[in-house]
Amino acid sequence: MTAIAIARTTDLFAAVMLSGIYGLVSASFFVALDAVDVAFTEAAVGAGIFPLLMLVVLGVTGRYEKTALKPQKAALMKKVAVVITMVITGGLLILGTMDMPAFGDPEAPAQQHVNIRYIEQSPEEIGIPNMVTSVLASYRGYDTLGEVLVIFTAAMGVLALFSSQLFVTRKLSVKIKKDDMHDHNVLRIVSKILIPLILLFAFYVQFHGEYGPGGGFQAGVIFAAGIILYTMLYGLDKARQVIKPGVLRVLCALGVFIYGCTGVVSMLSGGNFLDYSVLASDPIIGQHLGILVIELGVGITIAAGMILIFFAFSHQAESQLGEE
Amino acid sequence: MFFDLYNYWIVFVLMMIGLYMVINQSNLIKKLIGLNIFQTSVFIFYISVGKVNGGSAPIFSSTETLYSNPLPHVLILTAIVVGIATMALALALVVRIKKAYGTVEDSELQEKDPKC
Amino acid sequence: MLDHLPILQVIVPLLAAPACLLLNKPRISWLFACFAAVISLLISAALLNQVQHSGVISYMLGGWEAPWGIEYRIDLLSAYVLLIVSAIGTIVLLAANTGIRNEIDEDKQSLFYVLYLLCMAGLLGIVATGDIFNVFVFLEISSLATYALVAFGRDRRALLTAYQYLIVGTIGATFLLMGIGLLYSLTGTLNMQDIANRLPLVSETSTAYTAFVFMIVGVALKLALFPLHLWLPNTYTYAPSIVTAFLAATATKVAIYLLIRLHFSIFGDDFGGGVIQTVFIALGLLSVFVASTVAIKQPNIKRLFAYSSVAQIGYMIIGIGIGTSLGLQGTLLHLFNHALMKGALFLALAAVVYRIGSTDRACFNGLAKHMPWTMAAVVIAGLSLIGVPLTVGFISKWYLVLASLQSGLWPVALLIVIGSLLAVYYVWTLVESAYFGKADPSLNSASSPPIKEAPLGLLIPLWILVLANVYFGIDTRLPLEASAQAANMLMGAGQ
Repeated sequence: MTAIAIARTTDLFAAVMLSGIYGLVSASFFVALDAVDVAFTEAAVGAGIFPLLMLVVLGVTGRYEKTALKPQKAALMKKVAVVITMVITGGLLILGTMDMPAFGDPEAPAQQHVNIRYIEQSPEEIGIPNMVTSVLASYRGYDTLGEVLVIFTAAMGVLALFSSQLFVTRKLSVKIKKDDMHDHNVLRIVSKILIPLILLFAFYVQFHGEYGPGGGFQAGVIFAAGIILYTMLYGLDKARQVIKPGVLRVLCALGVFIYGCTGVVSMLSGGNFLDYSVLASDPIIGQHLGILVIELGVGITIAAGMILIFFAFSHQAESQLGEE
Repeated sequence: MFFDLYNYWIVFVLMMIGLYMVINQSNLIKKLIGLNIFQTSVFIFYISVGKVNGGSAPIFSSTETLYSNPLPHVLILTAIVVGIATMALALALVVRIKKAYGTVEDSELQEKDPKC
Repeated sequence: MLDHLPILQVIVPLLAAPACLLLNKPRISWLFACFAAVISLLISAALLNQVQHSGVISYMLGGWEAPWGIEYRIDLLSAYVLLIVSAIGTIVLLAANTGIRNEIDEDKQSLFYVLYLLCMAGLLGIVATGDIFNVFVFLEISSLATYALVAFGRDRRALLTAYQYLIVGTIGATFLLMGIGLLYSLTGTLNMQDIANRLPLVSETSTAYTAFVFMIVGVALKLALFPLHLWLPNTYTYAPSIVTAFLAATATKVAIYLLIRLHFSIFGDDFGGGVIQTVFIALGLLSVFVASTVAIKQPNIKRLFAYSSVAQIGYMIIGIGIGTSLGLQGTLLHLFNHALMKGALFLALAAVVYRIGSTDRACFNGLAKHMPWTMAAVVIAGLSLIGVPLTVGFISKWYLVLASLQSGLWPVALLIVIGSLLAVYYVWTLVESAYFGKADPSLNSASSPPIKEAPLGLLIPLWILVLANVYFGIDTRLPLEASAQAANMLMGAGQ
């Protein structure tokens, strides 16, 4: 398995690449288990955003892991302790699954109770075929609001950790890296064709989430990936001219607001928080409308948050390299 | 009987590898990769719970009657987002640590600030 | 609008956070954040009142009824904890404007308030929800905000601490997630009430036990229960003082709440026989003694009180372990009281940091002369920590001792009293040096302007908490009544 290879290697660059592959493998695993939406996301995150962020960080911290020079007794003791903990936890887990319903059993409780309504009635109650989207955006819409806030929190946290110089538009001072790119004409031309396509695809995913796999989150990630690609090829300064970090910050908050206000509006129209049925005279149209709006909110926050996080990272990386 | 559960066991193997990396690796970035594996293993567990033999992806169509359970998929979508958010924050911390200490090796960090 | 109180409780600070970001001026952000916090405090008071009069409030998010949609479920216990969290959150926030001025760069202060509100909203969300996966989501919101808040610390060790806390916290959360998954595979539902109803059918399976263990370990990591407490002292020491005050008074309380919720409301108090009870009592006593002993030797006062927090958590766990209604009441009282006294103590330390910039023991020598109000606050809160009559600390320890005697566990009662003596020792050494110690002349000349009393912006919130310590020690009706009702309700639910 890839995981073992990652654990063994000391070359961090290889480890990152392998973890990208790991993300891709788990994504295909999810497809095999019918979880197309999840697979889509895992592919975008596990094999996309995560390794990209890792690479930027490696640029700062150095590529090779230092091998432990002194395999002392203490280290050995620690290893033994770790192995014992692992054996206990793993043993407990295996014991725990002994009584579990068999894999794939349609009679298992997980398939029986709450699930039945999602499958049998959501097409009528919500009016859209993708059950994952129905559950995500309506039945458990509040969890999704929480999820958006998690990204928002992370973006804020990253901003808090890095210097606020990011928002100060700076004269083009770092020119060293720019010149590298001029040699890669092929890359530049290919990317020029590719990036608009990626962005277009993101919009497609955004609005197609009701029918096929996709939705606000996936769209946001893909959009962000497009911009990140642009940043990697043309440098941060140029990317910052295209999209201002200050604007991103506003957008990031705006997405949360769109989502939250949908809830507040439904509350004001007489329903409970996030009850979309009251948004229009016909509950189904209301649900449609609600889901469309909140998915938009999700998409905006995720895209803005991810790009912001990436900008913050590469800004930090550049300034740190500049110092050295 | 045993084969009915093999999927879960893969999960546990992955989980233990992840946990091992988190605890035992000295390099802060490697720890994070381990943490990622650890989290992903739980995702696979959830998705496995939701699988129904002979079922199809939970998108309504007139030709299908048996679907896999959409609920775990939703939960895991959320969990993936949480995971990447955590990673982003953790990586940001690593970059700052590198700047403040000049290293990202746990053992060297211990030497510089023994109290931690 | 009254019907919507449960969701407003969480959504007000939650949506105030991005608004704060858009304001982007530290002072205005602060005022706005305070405004939001006060509103949520009022809501929580109204909720407690409502629950006491008309019973459990259930609120269906998205209008979907319980097991399908997410339910907000406010019973006496959650209303009580909501009040604690929002009250302390508000008071500490009032002090924040002054408190962080010297510790955080001006251009980051807005972000500080954003994260603070997010953290508070996350904690409130954990308490208000009746859906177990929703707990995980809000736990992560509050945790991520906490990691970032901790990393605001001036010392570079704050970064390392935040990183370690992040690793531990994420492992804890993932354990919890795994436990939730196991429970889901057994019961097919995520609603707590629904799980509790369906669990007895399968409670004999090893899967149920595994789920229980995983969830408890996950929560115990967050809770800093001995021996999983190692992250806490560092975190509290290197985080900005205001953050420490907030975390010490709220985050661990919410984790205790979660433990009570899991143990009593979901699994039922007789789950697993008496074994779990015994383990809790043993771990509780161990953390009281180990942490108190370590605390005595600490040269850094912030770290001293951090260890003391671990010890206090031990007392609360003992109460849970005793497992009677009286024991649980002791735990809940201690929850309330510990929030008050640790809030006060860490705010006092924030005042010291504000003036002196350090909390080393040496700095406290003769400090009472320069900062009489702050040190008086330390004395009163310290007395409360020990458990002297007429302070809040007395009542909760009294109930814990009473509960253990009632259950025939007199060694436990004895050990609780001995544990308090350790607290006497470490509080006394601090007070002694502040009032009778000679100030180190070299220190005084280095900081050429004489040390002044802390500014009012810090003193007022500090004294609100200190007076609350005394007030609730004399007029005990509010916490006693609420905690007794909550404890009875929990024990009733378990039967």
